[in-house]
Amino acid sequence: MLAYYLDLALRSLKRNKMLTALMVLAIAVGIGASMTTLTVMHLLSGDPLPGRSQHLFYPQVDPSPDPNPRHQPFDMMDYRSAMDLWSAHRADRQALIARATLKLRAPEVSQPPLMVRTLATTTDFFPMFDAPFRYGQGWNADDDAQRARVAVISDDLNRKLFGGADSVGRTLRLKDSDVRIVGVLAPWRPSPVFYDVAGGRFSNGDTASFYGKPEDVLMPFNTGQDVNADGFDVFTCWSTGGSKQLQSSPCVWVSLWVQLDSAAKVREYAGFLAGYSTQQKTLGRFVHADNTKLHSLMQWLDFNRVVPSDVRLQAWLAFAFLAICLFNTVGLLLAKFLRRAGEIGVRRALGATRRAVFAQCLVEAGLLGLLGGVGGWLLTMVGLWLISRQPVEYADLAHLDASMFVTTFVLAVVVSLLAGALPALRASRVAPGLQLKTL
Amino acid sequence: MQIKPILAALRKHRIATVLIAMEIALACAVLCNACFLIATRLQLTQVNSGVDESALAVLKVSGFDMDKPGDLNARMVAGLRAVPGVQSASVVNTVSFGEQGGNAGITLDRAGKQQGGVVGFYTGGPGSFEALGLQLVSGRAPQADDFQPMAAFVPNDSQVIVSRTLAEHLWPGQDPLGKEFWCDTYHFRVVGVVAHMARPGTGEGGTGTIEWSVFVPAQPGPNLAGTYLLRADPKDLSRVLRDAKAAVAKIAPDMVLDHGASRTIGDLRSDYFRQDRVMAGMLVGVITALLLVTALGIVGLASFWVQQRRRQIGIRRAIGATRGDILRYFQIENFLIVTSGIALGMLLAYALNLVLMQHYELPRLPLYYLPVGALMLWALGQLAVLGPALRAAAVPPVVATRSV
Repeated sequence: MLAYYLDLALRSLKRNKMLTALMVLAIAVGIGASMTTLTVMHLLSGDPLPGRSQHLFYPQVDPSPDPNPRHQPFDMMDYRSAMDLWSAHRADRQALIARATLKLRAPEVSQPPLMVRTLATTTDFFPMFDAPFRYGQGWNADDDAQRARVAVISDDLNRKLFGGADSVGRTLRLKDSDVRIVGVLAPWRPSPVFYDVAGGRFSNGDTASFYGKPEDVLMPFNTGQDVNADGFDVFTCWSTGGSKQLQSSPCVWVSLWVQLDSAAKVREYAGFLAGYSTQQKTLGRFVHADNTKLHSLMQWLDFNRVVPSDVRLQAWLAFAFLAICLFNTVGLLLAKFLRRAGEIGVRRALGATRRAVFAQCLVEAGLLGLLGGVGGWLLTMVGLWLISRQPVEYADLAHLDASMFVTTFVLAVVVSLLAGALPALRASRVAPGLQLKTL
Repeated sequence: MQIKPILAALRKHRIATVLIAMEIALACAVLCNACFLIATRLQLTQVNSGVDESALAVLKVSGFDMDKPGDLNARMVAGLRAVPGVQSASVVNTVSFGEQGGNAGITLDRAGKQQGGVVGFYTGGPGSFEALGLQLVSGRAPQADDFQPMAAFVPNDSQVIVSRTLAEHLWPGQDPLGKEFWCDTYHFRVVGVVAHMARPGTGEGGTGTIEWSVFVPAQPGPNLAGTYLLRADPKDLSRVLRDAKAAVAKIAPDMVLDHGASRTIGDLRSDYFRQDRVMAGMLVGVITALLLVTALGIVGLASFWVQQRRRQIGIRRAIGATRGDILRYFQIENFLIVTSGIALGMLLAYALNLVLMQHYELPRLPLYYLPVGALMLWALGQLAVLGPALRAAAVPPVVATRSV
């Protein structure tokens, strides 16, 4: 039966090529626009660590003396709070993170010095965030404790300096200190660079920078303190006075990520965080005792509204556009089906049920959707190609993965069936007698 | 022309009529808001930075301790001034459209009770104010003894220049000269007001605060080093910047030249607004496609109706209706449908604007967008229906006599 309906649908579509082309074009343009933006949304709002993200948490405490009870905790922590929480080792895994841009020279290769973005972190960083190694491996807890002068470098930097060869054991000069390479990461492109996300709510929706590349040099947290002393990137300060030394300054610049493998551990850690905060208030260091937060990774990304507002705006726009295309297709299908009222009347008179007429019309609509889907897929590829040429950080991420490929066709067919339902219903209600009379 | 028979005919095609009206309504809502978005984006790119953009370039080196720049500034300024074509070289923290400089919240009293908003701070060494070409509207330019040494963010006590927009925001209707403000313990006194001065990036308040900026004269040294403002003849500028970049290798071989940040202000400006231009271009594309699709919908349905009513048209022609009558019938019919769509569309446009305002810090849609959008859709409707209507008018009266 379906084959027969398909044959009928093809004949009908061929009869008025112009109208068919218009409808296919309308669906294709609508699908192309919405799938392009939807794919970008999908790429940017996806889980950067599928399967692990639900175990990763971002603790926050509030060292601010601001008495306002509605004060939000800062997006990062001061050195002392972060170190206290880290040293307690209450989580399954935990990593401190601080960032800095440092001058780098490779004494063994003749290249001019360059500025690289570096990360000072702790040994759990690599297993916790699934950072893949190409050569060597990360440092261990002893290296953290003994302030070992070691580093892990990115695949990008390894290509730039050493042409992609195994550079484990080589030396880099960071600022004025030498560090030995112990590991080289394989290409790694978490999107967004979730462990660096902070301050998103202050960026007016301009959050494309979260989708840049991970840092080029990673070294033990304490080594970073030795190499770079007070040169780390500061998120903000709650007072301009105080110590010049970053470690004792009234500034927040360290993030802590913890891995908590069960719900019980999450509760326990939240309790520990609250306890720490209360204790610090007793000591007179905190004003807000109850202002602690323990966002999960995805919650933290949502809180920072990581998907750039332009991207969301484009998606809304594309769907409004799809809706208009849908209305358009409904109108055209209505015209097309009712124009064939005579033919339908004959079919009904020969014994076809209303259901059969309805099904036949829907098959035709679905076929249109499929054709529109092919056009929409091509237009989506064009749209993504255009996006990949934009000067935005996430440009190189733009591609159509399998799930979005399937979604394109599903969306096209669903949209066209939706558009076809009403006209098909009207067509199936055609009174056979009336039509036969006018033939 | 009577409207009643048209309405009676439309009542027979309720679904199709409602569909077209809905399509027009949606198109009206999206059209008004998209046009408004384009206008706001383009208006943003028109921001007046207040500086002589065509004559200025910035050069940035890094790879030293901000706290201990040593003789870097002296070497760089002297070296850059020696580059042929350079009219002036001075030390600044940042420039318009450049990297974020200092953004900080200010207060209008020493105790820090009366908030003044988050403003952008430019700090500049001797010569930088003149080089920028900021246009003073009252007060005076910084003098030699205004350039004080600074330890951290800005000098402890400075005589500053503010933009007119900021002055009006902080002290509406008052003479800003001599007024004071604080940022934590840092104290500022206004000695001059300039017509325009855009901050390096938009601040927390969105686009409305783009000119909330302060120029703080300061002595180059710790925390004010590494970024240099070059002024040259606009014709020579790109050559001068190229030579200056090359000269850095000799002036400060131990430093790393930041190629990405060392640009002419014109280039920085164009990059800064690239995303807005892309977005505006995309919106224009969407609007075009949208109008096209809507027009196609009207053409399709009108053609269908014309074909369906051939006999009635023939009868009307046979009993005396002119071609003009038939043409006008379809035009008025289209006008009525589009009008009902627009009526609904205006409400939708307003609702959509409310949603956008909530999520995208967009201002309220100015009311004049609605009639302009309506006019566009009326024109579109009439254009789209013209073809089918002409075909209808061409139906010969003899059709009435064929087949009953």
